[in-house]
Amino acid sequence: MSRRVSPPLIEVRGVSKSYRRGGQVVPVLHDLSFDVQRGDFLGLMGPSGSGKSTLLNLLAGIDKPDSGAILVDGVDITGLPESDLADWRAAAVGFVFQFYNLMPVLTAFENVELPLTLTPLSRRERREHVSAALRLVGLADRAEHYPSELSGGQQQRVAIARALVTDPKLIVADEPTGDLDRQSAAEVLSLLEQLNHEFGKTIVMVTHDRRAADHAHAIKYLDKGELSEGADLLERSVR
Amino acid sequence: MQFLKLIVRNTLRHKLRTGLTVLGLLIAVLSFGLLQTVVGAWYAGANAAAPDRLVTRNAISLVFPMPLHYREKVRAVPGVKRVGAANWFGGIYQDPRKFFPQFAVDAAQYFEMYPEYRFAEEEKRAFLRDRRGAVVGRKLAETYGFKVGDTLPLRGTIFPGDWSFTVRAIYDGAETRTDTSQMFFHWDYLNETMKRRVPRRADQVGVFVVQIADPARSAEISQAIDAQFRNSAAETLTETEKAFQLGFVAMTEAIVVGIRIVSFVVVFIILAVMANTMAMTARERLSEYATLKALGFAPGYVAALVLGESLAIAAAGGLAGIACTFPVAAWFGTQTGTLFPVLEVSQATVAMQLGAALAVGVAAAVLPGRRAARVRIVEGLRAIG
Repeated sequence: MSRRVSPPLIEVRGVSKSYRRGGQVVPVLHDLSFDVQRGDFLGLMGPSGSGKSTLLNLLAGIDKPDSGAILVDGVDITGLPESDLADWRAAAVGFVFQFYNLMPVLTAFENVELPLTLTPLSRRERREHVSAALRLVGLADRAEHYPSELSGGQQQRVAIARALVTDPKLIVADEPTGDLDRQSAAEVLSLLEQLNHEFGKTIVMVTHDRRAADHAHAIKYLDKGELSEGADLLERSVR
Repeated sequence: MQFLKLIVRNTLRHKLRTGLTVLGLLIAVLSFGLLQTVVGAWYAGANAAAPDRLVTRNAISLVFPMPLHYREKVRAVPGVKRVGAANWFGGIYQDPRKFFPQFAVDAAQYFEMYPEYRFAEEEKRAFLRDRRGAVVGRKLAETYGFKVGDTLPLRGTIFPGDWSFTVRAIYDGAETRTDTSQMFFHWDYLNETMKRRVPRRADQVGVFVVQIADPARSAEISQAIDAQFRNSAAETLTETEKAFQLGFVAMTEAIVVGIRIVSFVVVFIILAVMANTMAMTARERLSEYATLKALGFAPGYVAALVLGESLAIAAAGGLAGIACTFPVAAWFGTQTGTLFPVLEVSQATVAMQLGAALAVGVAAAVLPGRRAARVRIVEGLRAIG
């Protein structure tokens, strides 16, 4: 009997991206092609300006490449119109930002609930989902606190709860520990690892921090917009 | 719910800034309302005019009188119900600054034509019995403390000499817009006194107020009246009471236009202030708008947040301004005495205030809302609030 192999969650095919600065075209990504398997925890590393965050933005559907295609779960997101792309992001992607990007006027509970307001869930169902997500990140007792009343690590955990509350296939994290102390960073990384291990979430994380990258299953190095020579050699499993 | 929660909490996020903007709007809407109320006061006479009343005056100018015998000829014109003679008296009470309008009128006829002046029947009878009696409006009585039985001395200007009247009645208005700042006394008393003092000016009438049976025939009856006196020494011009009153407004139209322009300039200034506030707000929150868009919220949702906040501030300032307009207009009315006989904040003024506030709210949100909706997510996420 042949074993059924599931297709990759993300397929990047010949993706290039450049920016225009002061009339000059600055290439950022050049003809990238790679796959991210379902359930992977991929770390993207590289020096500043190498294009890591740009690549992450493209994978998350908040930016579009100049050429090439990105398929996520079989959907070519580069071809989606803006409104469809917004719906796709709401359903398929959870975001974790370096500076948490919580709404300062909403409580932790309300911040986590925010993406659920785009779903047809009832108020009671939303409350159940939010409570579960906050319990998972260990902040059930801080539900009514505003972001300004939480530490950086706690805010990032709220952001993670917000990222997972819609049960997305993909979680993208841009320097999630970049603004945290060592202890908080370790907690956040453990949490991401838990999401990956226990809930099978595919995670793509941009980081400068080698210790953070150690939590990933695989690492891709970007240099000057290209997967650097020997990148495959550097890809390694830490599983 | 989350949408309204975001609007309300964002509005209260910078309490000082929001408070100052609301205060600015309050002052602007209040000023706008007061200026519009003053403009309305200018038109109070015209607005209070009845369609069944005509005014006949000398065709050359209001300054020139008409002979008393015209009264019977006017009365004889088909369609005319009543005719009353009236003269602007223009006397001074104590001090020229204590101005109020005084008219000598054919009392019995005149008040039949003006049912909006409401009297106590007993006081009205007392006035009709007393040749030197006078009637004052409630506002006038309250301004100068006149009571029934008081002597009211006036120094004549158009009609020379000292004049003395006894207040016999105080009238109220049937509506709030009825002018109760006037004084009326018997035309016969004026005429008899003038016969003694300046006989050549006796039997001269300033205007005839004419009541007609059918307002639809006002143009035809006006022409018929004027035709009676064509090619006479004092040709007449008859027009509706409203047209007659608007003629006075036209004399001061430049002032009215000026006040109107200033009222709209005030609104425009607050629009600029408000637009600046909203632009600052939107600029500070670009990363939040980008985050919302990244989470899947549509650009329209983000624009609606900006619009909602702008409208919330505008509505707060507008409603507070409207609420303040009533007491401030009342205070202004007492300070200006009888200068503005009817200083009433009309429903139209309130609607214009509300409309102006909401228009400011919408206009101030257009550019910031557009910017928030169109911000590229990756650029917005880089923005520092």
